[in-house]
Amino acid sequence: MTSEPRIIERKALDQLLEALTQEGYQVVGPTLGDGAIVYGPVQASEDFPVGWTDEQEGGVYRLKKREDKALFGYVVGPHSWKKYLHPPERRLWTGQASGTDFELTPEPVETARFAFFGVRSCELHAIEIQDRVFIHNDHVDEDYKARRENAFVVVVQCGQAGKTCFCVSMNTGPKAESGYDLALTEILDEGRHFFHAVAGSPKGAAILQQVETRSATSSDSAEAEEAVQKARGQMGRTLNTKGVKELLQENPEHPRWDSVAERCLSCANCTMVCPTCFCSTVEDTTDLTGDHTERWQKWDSCFTMDFSYLHGGSVRASTKSRYRQWLTHKLSSWIDQFDSSGCVGCGRCVTWCPVGIDLTEEVRSIREENTVRLPSKREASNGNA
Amino acid sequence: MEDIQRQNVMVPRPFLVHRVHKETEDTFTLELNGEDSAESPPFIPGQFNMLYAFGIGEVPISISGRSEASGGWLHTIREVGTVTRALHRMKRGGVLGLRGPFGTGWPIEEARGNDIVFMAGGIGLAPLRPALHVVQSMRDQFGEVALLYGARTPESLLFEKERELWRAKFGVQVKVTVDAAGREWKRNVGVVTNLVERASFDPAHTVAFICGPEVMMRFSVVELKQCGVPEDKIYISMERNMKCAVGFCGHCQFGPTFICKDGPVYRYDRIRQFLNVREV
Repeated sequence: MTSEPRIIERKALDQLLEALTQEGYQVVGPTLGDGAIVYGPVQASEDFPVGWTDEQEGGVYRLKKREDKALFGYVVGPHSWKKYLHPPERRLWTGQASGTDFELTPEPVETARFAFFGVRSCELHAIEIQDRVFIHNDHVDEDYKARRENAFVVVVQCGQAGKTCFCVSMNTGPKAESGYDLALTEILDEGRHFFHAVAGSPKGAAILQQVETRSATSSDSAEAEEAVQKARGQMGRTLNTKGVKELLQENPEHPRWDSVAERCLSCANCTMVCPTCFCSTVEDTTDLTGDHTERWQKWDSCFTMDFSYLHGGSVRASTKSRYRQWLTHKLSSWIDQFDSSGCVGCGRCVTWCPVGIDLTEEVRSIREENTVRLPSKREASNGNA
Repeated sequence: MEDIQRQNVMVPRPFLVHRVHKETEDTFTLELNGEDSAESPPFIPGQFNMLYAFGIGEVPISISGRSEASGGWLHTIREVGTVTRALHRMKRGGVLGLRGPFGTGWPIEEARGNDIVFMAGGIGLAPLRPALHVVQSMRDQFGEVALLYGARTPESLLFEKERELWRAKFGVQVKVTVDAAGREWKRNVGVVTNLVERASFDPAHTVAFICGPEVMMRFSVVELKQCGVPEDKIYISMERNMKCAVGFCGHCQFGPTFICKDGPVYRYDRIRQFLNVREV
């Protein structure tokens, strides 16, 4: 469902934050921190990165002052919402020994209700992709499911795209069409500053009713549409997804893997910033008495040697094999596993790679020097519906 | 009950060590029952459990059978690291944690009416043993049955009494070879693939189950294919690093598959293209 669009004036935006807090949500959104725009608790609209934007390129991220007071005048930062839905560290259970016996107590599922404020279309698609891993799978991760079901999603549509963006190629943006509770578009125009708001769920409509709004005129809605169209035209990167599943699966020995391995530091940055990468490991920590132990789940990366360790050595000992695993999984085998690409075109892995490795360029190069014939069926599929 | 199990799929359940049986110098079998000494739940031969030694860690171990006496699950384990060392030190009456059973099993039904060739390398005989027990229980349903088994040395050969039973009582052609042996060893020396030509079976109507080191399985497939066993009648059991065993953690990926849920037992032709890629 989408409601009739409403207009929230900039000065009334805090009412929306208050309404969410009143409803029991812990509002998290973009804030300035560590020289970047990162996600954290937000109390008032002044906590948003007012008047800041980000400049991105392969291996480059820089904050810059804007000439206006836009709240969401940036692209995306290094964080993604997975840090709230699939936290970097989570205790699974604690164990207590008594004699030869022991008892394990599962960690209760998370009950905090988050309101994600400022979700981009690519990020919303990333959340839906992780839903396929943790909810719509043979087994269900109950903690993830609880966090997800409790979350309130406020989309802020992109009004600009970055030099590493390619959501248009992945069919994941820039405009979020569904799957949100509220979708805002920020408009700054000739001294006016307001948000075009659409409810996408009954929850969203109810919250919107608690905020001072007016109905949107057709020219307001046209302006909102224009903002997203502008972003659509600014994509800094493109990725030809035609037959990419077969392209990568059929080319495990392509010379390009050797050349990328010479540049890749195997640092795992790309997997940490990726909003869909879901791999984790478990660590057991036992105290000195040996009677008390805890098992923690932590984000892991296919770029570490440990990841593929099997009695006596790592299966993927070379950087080449680890990069190949990551990219092939992301763009190809993900489609076999979850009926969707693992890439949403947010560009984080390009921006945050310390040496600026660009997956769109790697795929282009493999495609150009492809010596393996690709099957013609399913050519147009990139996996993202 | 189902809901509780679903919620706690990451939390090991307590199991009692009913017996620790020494197999060889470094290999032992644990007999495990539910905490109320109950019979362990059903499993499909070829599936594995995650065994947890308190305060030490967790490892994936295939189920190597069911104890006729106690109904408990058997796990035959080679001591290779910290966790398996701790498991080796377990005593009767001790408690360990268990999650499972997980994964796919040997499709024994598919072999009904056909010949079966089992090929095992080293500890790889353990995951095949419960399949041999099933065959033994309905021996007349199958034609020729052969077990081709290779190990490093005569001392490391497993399940001698059972192998003798299969041979003498159940009409199983049991052929054994070792990599190296002293003068007193009067039997085969060499790789397990050499045994294929010594077994009698009809390749066109044979289902093969292979478990062992990856290189052994690759060469076994080559040998079987050469004698005419169809690719889609060959099954192998794969191994990779496993943490969660339910498809969440990503560690055990093999090509587009997760070994914990799409495997460990695969039909060969479905993973052929990944088996020959180095470091996949």
